[in-house]
Amino acid sequence: MSISREEVLHIAKLARLSLTEEEVEMYTHQLGEILNYIQKLNELDVDNIEPMKHVLHIVNVLRDDKNLPSLSREDVLKNAPEHDGEYFKVPKVLKTE
Amino acid sequence: MNWEIVIGLEVHVQLKTQSKAFCGCKTTYGSPPNSQTCPVCLGYPGALPVLNREVVNSAIKAGLATHSKIRYRSGFARKNYFYPDLPKGYQISQYTDPICYDGYIQIPTEEGKKKIGLIRIHMEEDAGKSMHTENGTLIDLNRCGIPLLEIVSCPDIRSPQEAYTYLTTLKQIIRYTGISDCNMEEGSLRCDANLSVRPMGEKTLGTRTELKNMNSFHGVEKALAYEANRQITCLEAGEPIEQQTLLWNEQTQRAEPMRSKEESHDYRYFPEPDLVDVQLTDAWIQDIKAVMPELPEERLSRFIKHYGLSEEDSLVLTAEHEIADYFEAAVQGFQDISLMNHWIRGEILRILKEKQISIDQCPISPKALRDLLTYLLNKKITPQTAKTVLDNMVKTGESADKIIEKKGLLSITSSEELDALIRNIVEKHPEEVKKYRQGKTQLLGFFMGQVMKATKGRADQKITRHILQRYLDATEE
Amino acid sequence: MKDSIQDRISELLDNLEKTDNPIFITIDKDWLWKHVKEQATIEGPLSGKIIAVKDNINVRGLPTTCASRILETYYSLYDATVIEKIRVAGGILLGKTNMDEFAMGSSTEYSAWGEVRNPIDETRVPGGSSGGSASAVSAGFVDYALGSDTGGSIRQPAAFTGTVGLKPTYGRVSRYGLTAYASSFDQIGPITKTVSQSAELLNVIAGKDSRDSTSADVPVPNYLKTLQEKVQGYVVGIPWHLLEKGVDEDVLESFKDVISRLEKEGVRFKKIELKYADYAIATYYILATAEASSNLARFDGVRYGVNAKEQLQDLFSYYAKNRSKGFGPEVKRRIMLGTYVLSSGYYEAYYTRGQKVRNLIAQEFFTLLNEVDALMFPTTPTTAFKLGENVDDPLKMYLNDVFTVSVNIAGLPAISVPGKPGNHGLPVGCQIIGNAYEEGTILQLGHTIERSRI
Repeated sequence: MSISREEVLHIAKLARLSLTEEEVEMYTHQLGEILNYIQKLNELDVDNIEPMKHVLHIVNVLRDDKNLPSLSREDVLKNAPEHDGEYFKVPKVLKTE
Repeated sequence: MNWEIVIGLEVHVQLKTQSKAFCGCKTTYGSPPNSQTCPVCLGYPGALPVLNREVVNSAIKAGLATHSKIRYRSGFARKNYFYPDLPKGYQISQYTDPICYDGYIQIPTEEGKKKIGLIRIHMEEDAGKSMHTENGTLIDLNRCGIPLLEIVSCPDIRSPQEAYTYLTTLKQIIRYTGISDCNMEEGSLRCDANLSVRPMGEKTLGTRTELKNMNSFHGVEKALAYEANRQITCLEAGEPIEQQTLLWNEQTQRAEPMRSKEESHDYRYFPEPDLVDVQLTDAWIQDIKAVMPELPEERLSRFIKHYGLSEEDSLVLTAEHEIADYFEAAVQGFQDISLMNHWIRGEILRILKEKQISIDQCPISPKALRDLLTYLLNKKITPQTAKTVLDNMVKTGESADKIIEKKGLLSITSSEELDALIRNIVEKHPEEVKKYRQGKTQLLGFFMGQVMKATKGRADQKITRHILQRYLDATEE
Repeated sequence: MKDSIQDRISELLDNLEKTDNPIFITIDKDWLWKHVKEQATIEGPLSGKIIAVKDNINVRGLPTTCASRILETYYSLYDATVIEKIRVAGGILLGKTNMDEFAMGSSTEYSAWGEVRNPIDETRVPGGSSGGSASAVSAGFVDYALGSDTGGSIRQPAAFTGTVGLKPTYGRVSRYGLTAYASSFDQIGPITKTVSQSAELLNVIAGKDSRDSTSADVPVPNYLKTLQEKVQGYVVGIPWHLLEKGVDEDVLESFKDVISRLEKEGVRFKKIELKYADYAIATYYILATAEASSNLARFDGVRYGVNAKEQLQDLFSYYAKNRSKGFGPEVKRRIMLGTYVLSSGYYEAYYTRGQKVRNLIAQEFFTLLNEVDALMFPTTPTTAFKLGENVDDPLKMYLNDVFTVSVNIAGLPAISVPGKPGNHGLPVGCQIIGNAYEEGTILQLGHTIERSRI
C-alpha cells in the first residue's frame, strides 16, 4: 500500500494545509509507510462485526431548554486576531470559494 | 418534445427554542453582533456540546405533522468543511440515521390533493453569518448553533408552481406545530432546490442542478422556472446539462453558476464522538402527541363541520393557526357565525394587510370585535356605523362601548323621529319625487342616501325604507 | 501555614528560574500570586497542594497553547471542569506544562516551546505527550500534575519519569475544557509521586459533569478508603505472549519483580491471551487521527489564535497559510492521515474497519475482565529513549504505544506505577488495567506494589 503524491496534495487541500515540496515528499513516504502498516487490519474478518462508535452505553444526555450567560463580546474579541469591535474579521478575499 | 420537470426541495427551518441546540446561549433575532456566544458555539478549544431536549421534541413534532416514521435510535454526525462562519470546522448534523424519515405532506393542486414524499427530517445546527464588505468579511456568530430541522422532499414536485404550493403548505404545517416561525425574511426558513428535466414518459432522471440563494417563495418559483427553461433550451439544442450549483440573482432574475470549486465537496461525515445517541420510547412520543396542536387539515374539516362554514371561508380562516385561533376566540358565545366570518375575512384581514402586521399584533382583540358585532347583531348600530366604530377602535384603541356612547352612534329606530326627518327630505326634493312617481323607482336609493347623510348613517335601514316608501307611494293615489 | 505556602512557591519559582528545561510553558507570576491569595481562603482536600496543569486544559485567565504556535495568543475565557473542581478543593495551580503539540506524540519533543528533557536523565525523553506534567512531578516542582491520555500520554511519561500515572475510565472525568485530540479516547488523569496521591486527586476530579455528554453517571467511591482494602485473592491476568519479543530485558525483569511482590500479598496470576492486541496500534491511528483531523479544524485563525494578515487570493490560502504556519510536523501528519481515512472512497476501508476492530479489541478486554480482576503488563517495552532517537521515524514512534493504546480503545482505567528501575537506573513502569469504573481496584494493586518497594 502506498499513497501517491497527488493523493497527498488532495488530502492537504481537504485539510487546508499548504505543503512545501520537502513536506510533500516526506509525507508521501511516511503516510505510505503508516498506511502500509495499517493494512494489518485486513487480516481480520470483520464482516459481521458492528462498528463501535463509542465505548459508552449512555444515551439521552439532554439539557433543558434554558438560557445560560453568554461571554462578553469584549472578552471574546480580545482573543480574535482581527475584529472591528463588533465583528470578527477575515481579510478581504478576491474570490469566494 | 414535451418535457417533464422534476423538482426536489431541501428546506431548513430554524427552531423557536429559548437556547441554542448545544449550549445555553440565547437565540434572539437581531441582537448586537457576537453578543450571544459562548465557548461551545464559538468552537473554543475544549468546549463540548450538550443537546437541547426541545430540539428532539420539535423534531418529533415535525415528524408527526408530516406522517413521517420516527427513528427510535438516532445519532449525530460531523459534517466537515471550512468556512469562516463555521467555528468548529464542522457542523453537527445527522447523516445515516435521521430522526424522521419516509413522510409526506398533501398539497392542493388543480387535479385535487397530491402527496409529496419526504425523504428525511434531521436535526442540525445553524452556522453564523458572513457579510462581505470592501475591506474584509465580517463574521457574526450569534446565529451559530441555533437548532435547525432540514426537511428533504422526494423529487415528487413537477412544476415551479407546485414547488410554491409545497412551500406554503409545508410552512403552514410547521407553523401550526409551533416549532418555528418559518419567516424567510428573518432566515428562519431557507430553501434550496434540485431540478432536472426529462422527456415526458421517460423513467430515468435527467442531470440535475442545484439552486441556492432564493429569498422568497416566489423567488424559488421564479428560479425554478428560469432553470427549467434553461435546461430545456439546452437539451433541445443538443447540449448536455452540467451538474452544478447555481445561485439565484434576484436583481438580474437569473441563476448564475457558482464559481467552480477547487475541488468537489468531501464532507467526511463521521459519528460525532462528543454526543451520545438519542433513544426514543413510545411513552416519549405519546407525550409529544398529547401536546401536539391540531394540524391544518384537521382544523379545516372541523371548521366546515362544526361552524358550518364553506370550504372557501374555512380555508381562509385556517390558513394560519393564529387567524383560526382569533376566529375561534371571537366567535365564542356569539350567535351569528356567518357575520363573524364576514367581518374577520373582510375587515380584520384588511386592517392587517393595510398595516402589514400579523394577527397577533392586531389592535382589535377577538373580544373587542365580538362586542362591536353584538351591537350590530342586536341592531343597535347600523352596518355603516359599525365600520366607523371599528376604524375608530383601530385609531384610538378604545372599546366599541365607549366610542358608541361618546359619539352617540346608536341607531335611530324611533319611527316618530325618522318620520319627521324623512318628511322633511321628501318635501325638499319635489323634482325627484315627481320622477319617482313617474316610474323611476330606483330613486329610492337617492332618498335613502339623503336620510343616511342626514343621520350620519345611523338611521335604521329597514324602518327608513318603510317610511320612505310610505311617503313616496302614498301621495301617488 | 499560609506563609509557608507562599514561601514554598517563592522557592519553587526561584528553582524554576534556574532550570533551562522547558517543563513549563506558562507560569504567570501576577496571575499566580492573585490565585494563591484566593486559594488560601479555601479549606478543602487539596488545600496547600501545588498542582501543574498540562497546557491543553483550559484555566481561565491563562493561555492554553497546547504547545502549538497556532494558539500562541489564545487566552482561556473559562475553566475546564477539572480546574473548577481543583479550585473548589483548595488546590493551587502553579502553571501550564509543556507537552507534545496537541497531545500528539510520545516524547514531548514535538513542542513549539522546545523539547523537555527527562529529569532522571537529561539525555533522554520524558515520554509524552504529558512529558511536562510528568517531569514537573518527577523533579519535585509540584505535588501533583494533571495530564491527558489518549493513547498512553499519562502512563508512558509516568513510566519514563518514575511517577504514578492514572488514566481513568472513559467517562469518569469530565473532558469539558480539555482541548480535544481524539474525543472518544481522551481522558484527563493525575500524575503524582505516589498512588495515594493519585487517589486523592482522582477523588476531586472524578464524577458526572452536565457539560460533558460523554461523562458517566456512575457513583464515585472514596478512593483513599478503597486504597486501604486488601488485595489478597485478586486474580490478575497477564498476556505473556505479548512479552515474548520486543520487550527489553530490564523492563521484563522489573515486571517479574512486581509479580513476585504482589504474589507475596496474596494476588494470584493467570496467563491470558489478548488475540487482538496486535491490531491496537493500527486501529488507534485510524480512529484517533480521524477524530483529530476534525477536532483540529477549528484552529483557523478567525476567532482566536494567529492569522496571516495579508491580502490573499482566496479563502483556501487564508486557511492554508494560518494552519500551515501554526501546526508542527507531527500534527500535520496526523491531520493528513485522519483526513485520508475519512475521505470519500476510503471511509469504509479504513474508518469503518477501524471501528469494527475497535469493537473486537474492546469486547475481548470486557470478556477477560469478567474473569479476572485486572490485567497487568509493562507500560512500555523500553525505558526512556534518547532525545532525537525516534523523532524522524513516526511509525517507530507510534509502535512505542503498543502496551498503552488498547486500553484507550476499550475505554478502561489503567495505572502505571514504578517498578524496580532498569539499566542505568532508569525508571520502569508497570501497568495495571481494571474493569470500567473500577479505578479502586487498580489503585489498590498499585498501592500494594508501592508499599512492597519500601
